[in-house]
Amino acid sequence: MIDYTMQAGRLTVLLGGELDHGSAPRIRRAIDTLIAKYSPQVLAVDVGALTFMDSSGLGVLMGRYKNMARRGGRIVVKNATGTVERIFAMSGVYQVMEKE
Amino acid sequence: MHENQFTMRFCARSENEKFARSVVAAFAAQKDPTLDILQDIKTAVSEAVTNAIIHGYRGREEGEVELSACWQGHVLSITVRDFGAGIADVPRAMEPFFTTSPEGEERSGMGFCVMQAFMDDVRVTSAPGQGTSVILKKSVCAPARADGATKIFETY
Repeated sequence: MIDYTMQAGRLTVLLGGELDHGSAPRIRRAIDTLIAKYSPQVLAVDVGALTFMDSSGLGVLMGRYKNMARRGGRIVVKNATGTVERIFAMSGVYQVMEKE
Repeated sequence: MHENQFTMRFCARSENEKFARSVVAAFAAQKDPTLDILQDIKTAVSEAVTNAIIHGYRGREEGEVELSACWQGHVLSITVRDFGAGIADVPRAMEPFFTTSPEGEERSGMGFCVMQAFMDDVRVTSAPGQGTSVILKKSVCAPARADGATKIFETY
């Protein structure tokens, strides 16, 4: 399970620890379960507490973007700093996702 | 004097990605890099090891990844090697967003781009059926201070 809040159509998930190829499937399933449960209009992914992320995190984010897009929703990335921000920025994800 | 180095092999399992990062970080810490440099190295190693596990041994239950590193002055040279499938077209494999993973696996195809962005040099040697070797190099010297101040305290 991951920490989350749901308010006014906005589902905010708080990711912590390390996000890599090993942990990505668990995080992916957890977020998709919450999306299916709450049908949010906005999925906000707070990555501020991640202690590590490689490009596997990009894959998770892009997969959730596709999931939300199919449902007519959108995705926001929150609190990306350091290495996490560098990976997001170089990939161009901010062309399709908002940044907070 | 002979420079310090290590070589190890581990199972090509995803739970060993974090282990590999930790090993290289501990080795790199010998020359007191900044936290940013350490994170860069860990990220690049994670990408290379993940590639070895996912692509080197796709569809196989057994396989090994060899991780080695050595110092060349203040340059850390890291080699991640698998003995698996190999890459038919290395330049194409290194293009942004290129991936041979099925869509359900949600791979970004940015692994090599991250390695190139975070390390000073990346060399890939591979051939079909011959495995893949990725050499990553990074200088761990911190840039000189702009004010020219001299470090007068040593930490033990």
